[in-house]
Amino acid sequence: MEAIILQILNGLDKGSAYALIALGLTLIFGTLGVVNFAHGALFMMGAFCAVTLSRILTLSHTVIDPTQTDFLGNPLKVQVPYIHDIFGQATGDAIIDWAVPLSILFAIPIMIGIGVIMERGLIRHFYKRPHADQILVTFGLAIVLQEVIKYFYGANPIPTPSPEAFRGSFDFGAALGFDPNVIIYPYWRLVYFGFAALVIGAVFAFLQFTTFGMVVRAGMADRETVGLLGINIDKRFTIMFGIAAAVAGLAGVMYTPINSPNYHMGMDFLVLSFVVVVVGGMGSLPGAVLAGFLLGILESLASMSVVIDFIPGINQVIIYLVAIVILLTRPRGLMGRKGVMED
Amino acid sequence: MFALDKKDARLLLMVAVLTMLAPFILNPFPAGSEMAQFNAGYPDLMQRFVIFGIFAIGFNILFGLTGYLSFGHAAFLGVGSYSAVWMFKLLSMNVLPAIALSVVVAGLFSVVIGFISLRRSGIYFSILTLAFAQMSFALAYSVLTPITGGETGLQLALDDPRILDVAASATGNIPVPGLFGLEMRASTNLELGPWVFTFNVGYYFSALIMLAAFYLAIRIFRSPFGMMLRAIKSNQQRLNYTGLNARPYTLAAFVISGMYAGLAGGLMAAMDPLAGAERMFWTASGEVVLMTILGGAGTLIGPVLGAGFIKYMENIISKINESILHQWFYWLPDGLEDFVVAMIYPFIGKGWHLTLGLLFMAVVIFLPGGLVEGGQRIGRMFGRKKSEEKDKPSGKTTPAE
Amino acid sequence: MSKTDVTRRGLLRTGAVAGAGLMVPTYLRAGGHEGFTNAPTGSTVTLGFNVPQSGPYADEGADELRAYELAVEHLNGGGDGGMLSTFSSKALQGNGILGKKVEYVTGDTQTKSDAARASAKSMIEKDGAVMITGGSSSGVAVAVQALCQEAGVIFMAGLTHSNDTTGKDKRANGFRHFFNSYMSGAALAPVLANAYGTDRKAYHLTADYNWGYTTEEAVKSSTEAMGWETVNAVKTPLTQTDFSSYIAPVLQSGADVLVLNHYGGNMVNSLTNAVQFGLRDKMVNGKQFEIVVPLYSRLMAKGAGANVKGIFGSTNWHWSLQDEGSKAFVRSFGTKYGFPPSQAAHTCYVQALLYADAVERAGSFNPCAVVEALEGFEFDGMGNGPTLYRAEDHQCFKDVLVVKGKENPTSEFDLLEIVEVTPVDQVTYAPDHPQFAGGALGTCNPGA
Repeated sequence: MEAIILQILNGLDKGSAYALIALGLTLIFGTLGVVNFAHGALFMMGAFCAVTLSRILTLSHTVIDPTQTDFLGNPLKVQVPYIHDIFGQATGDAIIDWAVPLSILFAIPIMIGIGVIMERGLIRHFYKRPHADQILVTFGLAIVLQEVIKYFYGANPIPTPSPEAFRGSFDFGAALGFDPNVIIYPYWRLVYFGFAALVIGAVFAFLQFTTFGMVVRAGMADRETVGLLGINIDKRFTIMFGIAAAVAGLAGVMYTPINSPNYHMGMDFLVLSFVVVVVGGMGSLPGAVLAGFLLGILESLASMSVVIDFIPGINQVIIYLVAIVILLTRPRGLMGRKGVMED
Repeated sequence: MFALDKKDARLLLMVAVLTMLAPFILNPFPAGSEMAQFNAGYPDLMQRFVIFGIFAIGFNILFGLTGYLSFGHAAFLGVGSYSAVWMFKLLSMNVLPAIALSVVVAGLFSVVIGFISLRRSGIYFSILTLAFAQMSFALAYSVLTPITGGETGLQLALDDPRILDVAASATGNIPVPGLFGLEMRASTNLELGPWVFTFNVGYYFSALIMLAAFYLAIRIFRSPFGMMLRAIKSNQQRLNYTGLNARPYTLAAFVISGMYAGLAGGLMAAMDPLAGAERMFWTASGEVVLMTILGGAGTLIGPVLGAGFIKYMENIISKINESILHQWFYWLPDGLEDFVVAMIYPFIGKGWHLTLGLLFMAVVIFLPGGLVEGGQRIGRMFGRKKSEEKDKPSGKTTPAE
Repeated sequence: MSKTDVTRRGLLRTGAVAGAGLMVPTYLRAGGHEGFTNAPTGSTVTLGFNVPQSGPYADEGADELRAYELAVEHLNGGGDGGMLSTFSSKALQGNGILGKKVEYVTGDTQTKSDAARASAKSMIEKDGAVMITGGSSSGVAVAVQALCQEAGVIFMAGLTHSNDTTGKDKRANGFRHFFNSYMSGAALAPVLANAYGTDRKAYHLTADYNWGYTTEEAVKSSTEAMGWETVNAVKTPLTQTDFSSYIAPVLQSGADVLVLNHYGGNMVNSLTNAVQFGLRDKMVNGKQFEIVVPLYSRLMAKGAGANVKGIFGSTNWHWSLQDEGSKAFVRSFGTKYGFPPSQAAHTCYVQALLYADAVERAGSFNPCAVVEALEGFEFDGMGNGPTLYRAEDHQCFKDVLVVKGKENPTSEFDLLEIVEVTPVDQVTYAPDHPQFAGGALGTCNPGA
């Protein structure tokens, strides 16, 4: 019982990452009809916004400390961040400690910018092109973005810890009356879950309750008619692309303390996010979120050792197996609309 | 010729001449010259060109004709390789039974996957095929290790049964794959002045098979069956209204292209008897998609060009390192040399992926029809009259979708 | 290749007499009359450095390449000579190998066996490499080793830790200097028993592929011999990035030690996740909960940041070793590149030198002569104390380092501290040990 509760918690957390990425991908699929293979790269770029900000915050000048020596026996060069000089050591360290949450502010404008540039400069020219061409061009772009990051940051993962205050884990078991130490969950993962819920809610509210959102939804349903009504749908779609990029980027920023980011983390998520979107149903935002959580929870449950002992290797294939079953029983995924990307 | 019309026969002949003369064409630079780095005429890469060519030709029969975008074709290549290596382990080192088995097994595998996946179309179909391939990869890498060798791949060993053959060669080594005693790795060098050309048994064996596969593809493209597949692509609904059930046709196309993939996998194992699970990873499936689109989906020769292009990048560009760059530009003044090297360095060697990504984008932006369209444009530059000739041998460029 | 091109030009000189039109039947472009593949005939010899340059291990590969470049420099008499001066064998003169200047070609393994073999083949077929070395995973090492056996060149493995490389997949033409899973287990167990007591309950998370299996088996059997109990061992998929669902149940199982049989990116993620779950702050069975990482890589540990602090593991070599060989190597590497070398760089550098020395002592590049020179070769001064290249399985036997994540690192390189240097006797096993059973070396293959 405790084990299952624990895995559902895990699933919600994993699912929130899947749901966030899938949400952005569906926005692009649904609104623009573009198969964006660079979406994983946007997630990765978001994560590297956090890395970049913490690099900027820890920009240092060197002080030579003659009391210590480095590996070659020369006096040790100690790095002192400029931020210590500006705010003093204590405040400076606190700012560095909070680098990841601060990156959210830093990442939003950057990611929207990247999204808008991508759409205006490249994707726009591919709306009328076949999906195959879209795949090729966005895949090429994903490789380029990835290689640029690798060139500047190397191939190894880069540790970006969460603020001190969120390290350690919360004992749910004790709070719910079970034995202590049985259901524990890291604070940062709870933060991630809450953050994802917030972003998802904000995107839905934006589409549901603003005029802008209404026009975009109308455009998703019937682009031509909206255009005929004299509404500049292209501009709105550009903005939607920016928002989708920002959602992916934020998912990446907040993910960095969970797993140290590296340049190919986007590719690791790419296939998965496509599976999530399709299982959810093409063009359905609630479907994408639902599928994200569903697959997250099932993946977690399948990784329990009783389950693996029962069916060896199930943890390796569960997501794909579920995808196959759902697609065979529900032709358009969980909540897909007819006619979207079916030809 | 071969029941082909004149243009197709000319195309086939052209491909035949190109593949037969490949050792010359791919080694245009004298060995030992500055440019020898770009020579691609060594057996392994030439074999890869034609084998991936077969893979892409087969993929194009499905994708180019029916428009069904499979994202799991590498699975068939993978099972083909595994079957071939098992044949080497159990039966004999002769490549024919091994290749035959790999085609059959890949065919059966694709019947199962195709039957299920073809119940859906569009992106739903793509994800179903992707899911099957990813499952094959994950299981082959882990729990199926006793059958597949897992991480280290399936290899030959000295204590394999090899019922119809020797377990170990006279020198105490594992025997090598061959065709009735003609070893696949045997090569002959021809030295013409400073040029060295290598003729390899395995390459010519694969090239002949590729020509057969190419010929078959032309026949399929031009057959009533091929017309039916095109009809499915252009409007499946209308086809259904006429009372035709499209699924048997798409399934047939799927299985044929799966068998092509199995053939490619079997040939890969015949050239180099080892099969690894990475052959089934989604990036491998993605690679053949990229090869086909890059070359020109729906055209006959396009996928082969795309396959050659990507394999060339992977094997040649990735091997250029900094010291080679310095040797190329040693004649420049010191500061300028360092600057030029520093400018080029990110794009070669370990940066070959960057170059590949940029070229993908460049091709799709400037040549919407893929490399074939590039060829056509060059053809057109030589005057209108010639362009017409050039257009047609490249197959009918149906827009990729 | 270019003005200093070696391989083809060398070939050409031999064949110059042949002139136009004469066909010389050969296998894999051997210099026919020499009797082995790619016999160097000019004034140079080409080695092939096949390392991961793209993919997750690209940084490790880059460090290997730096080490090889340094080795080539030293072999050709450049630089400060590095380990040449501390190496117990004095056959190398700093004038190349057998008087031939050392040239090299590089390739990208992508950490995929297919790509690695393609790259190795192009080095053998196109560039005329007479020896292939490098790599950062066992899958690649085993695949390339088999290829080299077939083609008739020597393979000097880079970083490969699976028992299989010199166990069931061993080959006569392949040699491994790096240590293996068994040695990790044997070296770690006593240290762990010492530090954490002998009545511990261990929970294993194991990467679901060959290397993971051999490491789990090795650590399990040696810790159980010390009195530990293994509560559970769960396999995790290679492509897993978030290990939370595997780590969450650990506390419930009643285990008080978590063993992470993961390497590279898997290790960074699983360790980060485990620390995130606060496992190390917990008390279980009245004991402090502990985490163990059997195979450490400093480059990768960097990715886990502060999470490695206080965590035990084993490593082949570390730059803070104070013997003369290590000091000489760290000095020349550090002077050239500005930071200390990794264990991958060390093993690759040593392998290149060992090969060159073997050729020099054998007086020939013929793989069979090299195999003979390396088999049973005892040496010292290469950083790991007295070492034996065992003839039965081509595995090096030497001291193994047990290390611990450092609590107060002084720099980004200073992540690990050496806890114990486990003497070679304690990690030596019989060639027919059950963990290495199956497979046979076969006979050396000179190709041609």
